[in-house]
Amino acid sequence: MSQDKATTTAPKTMGHSWDGIEEYNNPLPTWWIWGFYITFIFTVVYWLLYPAWPIGGNYTKGLTGLHTITYTAKTVDGKEVEKTTHWNMRSKFLHEMNEMEAIQKQWFDKVASMSYDDVAKDAELMQFVNSAGKTLFSDNCAPCHQAGGQGKIGFAPNLTDDHWQFGGTYDEIHQTIEHGRRGFMPAFKEVLEDQQITQLANYVLSLSGEPHDASLATVGAQLFKSEEAGCYYCHGADAKGNTQMGSANLTDKIWLWADVDGKAGQEAKLAEVKRVITSGLDRGVMPTWGGRLKPEQIKLLTVYVHDSLGGGR
Amino acid sequence: MEASSSTNGVKKSPLLNRHIPIVTRSVKGKFRTFKTAVMLIAYSVYFLLPWMPWDRHNGASQALLFDLESRRFFIFNLVVYPQDIFWLAMLLFIAAALLFFTTGLIGRAWCGYFCFQTLWTDLFIMIERMVQGERPARLRLLKQPWNTEKILKMGASHGLMILVSFWTGVTFACYFTYAPDFLPKLFAGTAAEAGYITVVVLTITTYVAAGLSREHICTLACPYARFQSVMYEPDTLAVAYDVRRGEGTAGRKVPSKGLRTREERQAAGHGDCIDCGFCVQVCPTGIDIRDGLQYQCISCGLCIDACNNIMDSIGSPRGLIRYDSEQNIASPTPHKPHLDWKRPKVLGYAAALLIASLILGYNIGSRNDTDANVQQIRQPLFIVLSDGSVRNRYQVNIANRTDDDQRYELKVQGIPAKSLDIGNIPEIRVRAGKTLSLNVKVDLPADMARNTKEFFFVIIPTIADAEPVVIKTHFNGQ
Repeated sequence: MSQDKATTTAPKTMGHSWDGIEEYNNPLPTWWIWGFYITFIFTVVYWLLYPAWPIGGNYTKGLTGLHTITYTAKTVDGKEVEKTTHWNMRSKFLHEMNEMEAIQKQWFDKVASMSYDDVAKDAELMQFVNSAGKTLFSDNCAPCHQAGGQGKIGFAPNLTDDHWQFGGTYDEIHQTIEHGRRGFMPAFKEVLEDQQITQLANYVLSLSGEPHDASLATVGAQLFKSEEAGCYYCHGADAKGNTQMGSANLTDKIWLWADVDGKAGQEAKLAEVKRVITSGLDRGVMPTWGGRLKPEQIKLLTVYVHDSLGGGR
Repeated sequence: MEASSSTNGVKKSPLLNRHIPIVTRSVKGKFRTFKTAVMLIAYSVYFLLPWMPWDRHNGASQALLFDLESRRFFIFNLVVYPQDIFWLAMLLFIAAALLFFTTGLIGRAWCGYFCFQTLWTDLFIMIERMVQGERPARLRLLKQPWNTEKILKMGASHGLMILVSFWTGVTFACYFTYAPDFLPKLFAGTAAEAGYITVVVLTITTYVAAGLSREHICTLACPYARFQSVMYEPDTLAVAYDVRRGEGTAGRKVPSKGLRTREERQAAGHGDCIDCGFCVQVCPTGIDIRDGLQYQCISCGLCIDACNNIMDSIGSPRGLIRYDSEQNIASPTPHKPHLDWKRPKVLGYAAALLIASLILGYNIGSRNDTDANVQQIRQPLFIVLSDGSVRNRYQVNIANRTDDDQRYELKVQGIPAKSLDIGNIPEIRVRAGKTLSLNVKVDLPADMARNTKEFFFVIIPTIADAEPVVIKTHFNGQ
């Protein structure tokens, strides 16, 4: 092999001299120069493939046809329209969301076409219900019912237990989501004496097996069924409530509005129940979701609430 | 005349030097034969394996298929799932231990005989020799101006290299997709984008690495080449030039009148090296082994073959360049070179290698076809039901690793059987190679809930002889 020139000879000069100043000729490495040339080739190819040069009010479109993007969007009045815009990230995002919706659609369609019972029997479809339902629930329901559907006493009912204020069948849950609900209990502070409210509260506590004054509860039981207080109009003579009007079952261990479990001691629990009877309730509002959610989304949420979250049985 | 790199006096970084193309001479000998044999086996395996059919009713009928789309690796009868990532760690550890072990024992055997850079470079040099002729012809071709002959010969050899590179890329892609489907699609232009990217990238990298860069990959780019050097010990066998024998007291000397026979040379103080330069000409990294052990040496043994042939022809004993240890070469009473494995480092690597292989083997052999895990749904932590009983909810994931759809039974242990509610699902059926997750509920009466801290889920496969999977789970009472 030949002797290596770079190690034995001094650098060459450019061959010119100004006032005795000479310039060394140290060229850039060949691979670097070639890399530089390749960027030129790349540029030309890029110009051909993609939108590049402005021409007056127009521009070169490129051969790939990527200068526009089409997506389907919902207008304010709920109509779906197809839009074509110049290529931009936001439109691309919407376009990709359309594609994802198309992929999900086959599953939503499957849920929509089957009966509730058949959906619940299909283990693989229930996997989809669990994951898609969780997203829908988090987006729409969680602000009131909390992320896991556990609700909040005095604000929104717990959907994971087996008590259903307005009924726990598939059809009843569907009705609740689609049309909304409104729970109401009148205030009794103008109607009853404080002593009577104490008697009623003791009776209510006794129904759930909470500590109470037995003699006061006995009187309370009479009052409950009397025309004077009229509790049984809504809660029923057996105090088990009525899902038609959303009155609570007072005999079970679940508290919807009075946070009895959260209070320690008989006095505090009593005061909590008395508070509800005295002031009544006008907060049990569930908004209507029909029109806001698509029918197949409501159906999927129904299965999710019934089977994945709760004790629909 | 060959100029060894040390004669310049000053060694400069090869990055700053002009690239001198290394044109190697072909050689015959036992190391060449071994290298060719390894090449044949390696290429047969690499290029043919994707085309090996394998009867499988759960996935493509290809013996070796890394199916990224279905997230399963099919390796003959073994199906590897993403959960088995631990195996990859073990495999990498074994590969590392094996590299350390062999390097400590016989130097850079990996580099010289098995590394794909060496194998493809070797093949491309063979292509060059086939098209352009032996070393002198190739050197002449390099020097001559670009005429028709040069363009034709250069074009043909590089065209062939690109063709081999392309087929290397296609074969690589075939490991990740069903090969008989992929090939027609590739040429019809209907294969997946990733397929084309793989083929193009592999074609370019193979051609650039083995066709253009060659030894520069080993000397400049490869980290293994550098860190293997630190694993050498004085006892490690390496390709070495016997300086004392070769140089004598008066140095190496080209045979001339009066210095032809061994006896004449020894009388004049000259060693056995006749400075023919063959050892340098055959070297794929262009070094002179007579300068001693160098980081560029990939330990391919071709200089040993070249020197042995010369020694045979001048009637001197073989082994002027041989596999020997640094210690033995320097010793005043050298013994016959042998593998010196009774060293703590070698034994240590061997032990690590053995243990890791056993662990991996045991792990693969004892893998359960049913993989299950349970996650508690913690929002809310527990639910009080209307009768005061307490409910916990769990997500049970069951993975079926068999080749068939399977049915499973889910039971609980440590609490009454009726506390478990799996919903309306009539039977738990999991498709072959898939995972099913179930949302299940466990209800316990209030007093039992207070005293239950944990219980067991039992997943019973309905396959004969299959072991049930038992998973300990916590229960949150009040």
